[in-house]
Order: sequence, then structure tokens, then C-alpha cells
Amino acid sequence: MTDGLADQVLAGQRRAIARAISLVEGNDAEARTLLADLHRSTGRAHIVGVTGPPGSGKSSLVNALVLHLRRGAGDRPPKTVGIVAVDPTSPFTGGAILGDRIRMRDLAGDPGVFIRSMASRGNLGGLAWATADAVKVLDAAGFELIIIETVGVGQAEVDIARTAHTTVVVEVPGLGDDIQAIKAGILEIADVFAVNKADLDGADQAVMALQMMLDLNRAEGQSVMHHGRFLDVLQAVRPPEESAGGSPWRPPIHKTVATQRKGIAELAAAIEAHREYLAQSGGLVWRERERAAAELEIVIQQESLRRVLALTDQATLADLIDQIAHREQDAFTAGQSLLRITGQGGS
Amino acid sequence: MSDKKIRVLVAKPGLDGHDRGAKVVARALRDAGMEVVYTGIRQTPEMIAEAALQEDVDVIGLSILSGAHTTLFPRIVELLHAQGLDDVLIVAGGIIPDEDIPALNELGIHGIFGPGTSTESIVRFIHERVS
Repeated sequence: MTDGLADQVLAGQRRAIARAISLVEGNDAEARTLLADLHRSTGRAHIVGVTGPPGSGKSSLVNALVLHLRRGAGDRPPKTVGIVAVDPTSPFTGGAILGDRIRMRDLAGDPGVFIRSMASRGNLGGLAWATADAVKVLDAAGFELIIIETVGVGQAEVDIARTAHTTVVVEVPGLGDDIQAIKAGILEIADVFAVNKADLDGADQAVMALQMMLDLNRAEGQSVMHHGRFLDVLQAVRPPEESAGGSPWRPPIHKTVATQRKGIAELAAAIEAHREYLAQSGGLVWRERERAAAELEIVIQQESLRRVLALTDQATLADLIDQIAHREQDAFTAGQSLLRITGQGGS
Repeated sequence: MSDKKIRVLVAKPGLDGHDRGAKVVARALRDAGMEVVYTGIRQTPEMIAEAALQEDVDVIGLSILSGAHTTLFPRIVELLHAQGLDDVLIVAGGIIPDEDIPALNELGIHGIFGPGTSTESIVRFIHERVS
């Protein structure tokens, strides 16, 4: 089954792309086979993350940006674009309203654009994984630029943005002072800033607050790529863009009004400039390596969990859980003993 | 670890802008644990068929109050079939006169929910038909 599907995806058949994304979202054995078949054909697309607070106009901005990219001009040929738009799953019902298409109606009917809405679902580590897998399907299908749109309000969303080559953080005027911006914690991942709804009061102040933030960041020579995971093994390899002593990338800040298509060409140019910068500085290779490491980490986590659970009978598991709940044993000790019993290591 | 959810496209074909009903239904389906792709008002049949394909939905919910269902629904069904989307369940709501229902049934549209329908009955109808 999946053999045929992989070929159809590689041939760019839209029905097959849609079904393949459903498959990888479900994350079963068939999905793993499909992704193994597609893996070699990925790595060609420029992956752009777009994140920011709810209501900042991300979908409208993506709509305007993609219209611009599809038009092309002079020496800039039109690009085909895949979009993965993520909206939150309700933690109470498991359902979701995926509304990003409302703002992207201008893109309907364009065969060079493929839009897929995804719910965050919220299984541990799964969101970034599922999104990255959907991106792989679109990449293998030949889309030249792939946009991942997420609501930037939590670690999961930040992780997704991190799987992109270029991350655009969308801000809006009037969300609060610069301390709010620091608290949000999504500023450090930005390669490009868009201050959207720039026709509103306070746009210049928002730009200024971001400029000050960036001045602070750079003064400290801060690296923001890691979260102290096993990825620490990568720390030995500094991003060339930061170690080479050349001019580091300073995230440009662009004012936009997505609904009036203002500032869009400049934003698109900044995204393209960042791609060129990554290619020339060697940063692209470095980011690909980090993406690979993050992916490997998730696979190890999920596979280990799956194996341990498969080798453990329900009674043993229930017994351990009871012991922890009754304070007879702590979770760490119980986990270690489970790993020993199942022969998956532990000490 | 398979995590399959029922995916539903909720769309308003045609030119009327009354989307309260569609929004109520979208919310009810979400609360029933479904993933609802909401596309909003003034959708052409082409937009609906294309969105259904890209989103790989199990169900399409059409809301229409303009009276154009006898024109637009056959066109939507035709486009879906042309794309090989034969197994998508279509349900409809809004203002659809009783005398139009047999023709819609013939198109394969059996879930037709007029004013006063409880959202529970829509959820049940979908659950019974989508495994």
C-alpha cells in the first residue's frame, strides 16, 4: 500500500499528499514505512516557521506572503508553497476548530499551493514530530517553500518553530511593554520579526522595544538554540554563523499590514535573505543537523516508551503506579526497576 | 499510538452571510471530539472540494440559507467525485425545503438538518456513519 502512496506523493499528486499527511499524523507503523521511503527525497524545501500570539494576524500575513511569492517578479520566479497551519486542540474534549483557512481564501484554487490544517492534539513530544513529518511529506512532494504556522504561546509551539530554517515571529502593537516581550520567550527564536497591524497606534514603540531586546541579546552573545536536552552532545559544534567571527545575523524588524498587503515584499525579501545567509554561513548545515538530532531524540523517547510498555504486563504496571501513589516508592526508582525488568537498561 | 480523529470541513457555499448556525455546529462537533476545519462564508463549490481534498476530511458539513442548494450541492458532489473523494460523508443544514430533500438524497446527501435540530443528533448521525 505505502509503496504506491510514496510514489504518488513524489509525483506531487494532491490526494496522495493529503492522505499521507493523515497517515503521519496518526503515527502508526504504516506512517513510519512511508516516511522511510520519502526521507531521501526531502531536504530541498526552505522551511519557514511563522509564530506569534493569538490574534496577531499570522494567517492573514501568511496569506499575503504566499500571494506575493506566487506572483513572482523579474528575476524572482514564483515559488510553490506548502502550508501547515496548527491550531490548538481543546484539552477538555480532544476536538479542535481549525480556522486558518478563513484568512487564506485568496490562495484557494492555486495548484501551486497546498494548505493543511493540523490540531495540536497534545501528546508528549508528538506535536513537533507530527508537524515535522507533515512538512516532510510536502517537501518530498516538491513544494519549494513550506510555512509552518503556530500559535506561539508555549514550549510545544516554540519547538515547532525551531524545526524551521527561518522563524518569523509576528508581534502587534499594544500588547504591553518590552518586559512582556521578554516574558513571552519567543523572541529569542526569531530570525525575522514582523510587527503586523502596523497601522495601529504604538507600532513604532513595538519596533523600538524589539530593537532594544536585540541589543541586549547580542551584547551577551547569547546562544538560544538549546534546552539542555541530550542535544548537549551538539554543543561542541557551535553554529558557524556565531563562531566564525564574521557578522552575525541580526533579525530584521519589518512593519506590515497584512490585510492591506503593506510591507509584504520587504518581509519576503528578509526571509529570502536569511535563507541565503544560512546557505553561505554554513548555518543551514548546522540547523539541519540540529533538526536531525531533535528528531532522533523524539524517536528514542517514543520508541523506548513503546517497547517498555509492550514488555510490561498491565498488572506489574498497575502495581508500580499504586506503589508510587501510596508513597511506597518514588517514580524514578520505579521507572528504573521497570527498565531493568524489561532489559532496556537502567542502573 | 494511532490517533485517528474524525475530521470535518464546515463550509458555507453561496452568497448568504448567515454563519451563526455553521458556527454553532462547528463548536458542537469540536465538543464531540472532532477536528473541525472551518472555512467560513461565501465558499465556491471549487473551494469546498479543494479544501476537502487537502484536509483529507471524513465529513463535509454544508450550511446554506440562500436557497441555492439545488444548484450548488450537485456541483460540489460532482467536483468531489471528479477528485475521487467518493467516501466523504456530506451533511447539510440551513433552510432546505422538504420538497428538495428527495433530490438531495439522490445525490447521496442523507443527513439534512433543518432549524430546530439538536446538535446531539448531528453528532450521532456522524458517529454512526464514520468509523
